Amino acid sequence: MNYPADLKYTKEHEWIKVEGSTATIGITHYAQESLGDIVFVDLPKAGTAIAAGKTFGTVESVKAVSDLYAPATGTVADANADLATSPEKINKDANNTWMIKVTLANPAEVANLLSAADYEKFVSEEGGS
Amino acid sequence: MGAKMVSFNGWDMPVEYPSWGGIVAEHMAVRNGVGIFDVSHMGDIRLAGPGAQAAVQHITINDVSRLAVGQAQYSAMLYPQGTFVDDVIVHRLGEDEYLIVINAGTREKDFNWVRENTRGFDCKVEHLSDDFTQIAIQGPRGVDLLQKLTDADLSAVKFYWVTRGTVCGLKNILIARTGYTGEDGFEIYIPSDEATSERVWKEVLEAGKEFGAVACGLGARNTLRLEAKLPLYEHEISDTINVWEAGIDRFCKLEKGTFIGHEALQKAKSAGLKRTLVGLEMIERGIARDGYKVLDDAGKEIGYVTSGSPAPFLKKNIALAYVPPEFAEVGKTVRVEIRGQGVAAQVVPTPFYKRPKKASSGEPRAAN
Repeated sequence: MNYPADLKYTKEHEWIKVEGSTATIGITHYAQESLGDIVFVDLPKAGTAIAAGKTFGTVESVKAVSDLYAPATGTVADANADLATSPEKINKDANNTWMIKVTLANPAEVANLLSAADYEKFVSEEGGS
Repeated sequence: MGAKMVSFNGWDMPVEYPSWGGIVAEHMAVRNGVGIFDVSHMGDIRLAGPGAQAAVQHITINDVSRLAVGQAQYSAMLYPQGTFVDDVIVHRLGEDEYLIVINAGTREKDFNWVRENTRGFDCKVEHLSDDFTQIAIQGPRGVDLLQKLTDADLSAVKFYWVTRGTVCGLKNILIARTGYTGEDGFEIYIPSDEATSERVWKEVLEAGKEFGAVACGLGARNTLRLEAKLPLYEHEISDTINVWEAGIDRFCKLEKGTFIGHEALQKAKSAGLKRTLVGLEMIERGIARDGYKVLDDAGKEIGYVTSGSPAPFLKKNIALAYVPPEFAEVGKTVRVEIRGQGVAAQVVPTPFYKRPKKASSGEPRAAN
């Protein structure tokens, strides 16, 4: 239930929702829970190229700094400006709080990512909820 | 309890309690009400005997001859070169009996240091770290909470004083009005067996319900002590940093006579400071973190951040950093290198947070 079936997931705890050749990306419920109170998000500007498996930004909680990893390759179309002033929205609803919108280089690439069921299994093995 | 655990110097420690709201909620509970910490990782060394006072004088920087029985002081143990073995709290428990409270990460080192350097004194040195479960009850309502559980008259115990009393049915428990949060509060030392520790922990939480007490982890302990500018070993103090640099001059009594590190400190004083600890507040968007570089306006590296974090009560991003004295003036702007960018910060007065004044005083704060 915490992990909607229409999203795909990475082992680094990002989700991606693909609609045609564009996608929205955020972090998972598990990630926000592990981080605790999120206080800062650093996101790339529109036009920035991102590459699957590489970092595209940073999220910080009170206690820790974590890199954000791109689930797919593409170009940033938009970044959620709301998060500069209200990063806590991610804690409140991680699945529905997007960070960036991306024009995908190869939408088929996303098929290799984890399904909701696989991700849930993965985090339960990591000791998560 | 639902604590998120983390390994800290080999201890499994609660970093935060998500079911109580996490670090920010824990931090605010201590500032506004009361929070409860399991700080059993702290260590304790007891020195007793006719030579105990002279021994403690020899290994610490503060003047224990000024302590009345039942009084405590912030202090430190130094290497001969004037740098820190550890910072400590010294309690005078009896005429010839002292308890030195030490940090978790330095327990064995500290105990060996004390034992080796007090051999010539007529006193017995005991390592009691494993005998106690230490619970810290911190915040303005801490006194109300603990008073429900003890027959000791807490109103008679001033800040940085200790007493003994029955707590949760346990007789002769050491109760100290000390802490590491910048608030009023108490630390109680109860027998370390698991059943007793667990029972007392639960009873304290239960008694705290009416005050909105929250279980707090290491995460909040760190943000609280940072707002109050209380030093942390391997951060603000270490075996390469001396007393003057760390700015804890007012706890160092050179005039009491010689002690380990005395000579080096005198030399360092006449040589002048090369770096000094300052408080920074971020002006531009960004959070300074432990170890980040501090730059001047031209981008030249001038120092480093010892501790940096969002400050939950002050709602600012703050840091402590070592910089050359010419950058230490309040109002001076510097930059903190965050992921390759120089982000502007300003030197501000410390402590960042000072609790509203009440009757008590004597807080171990680094010099302003």
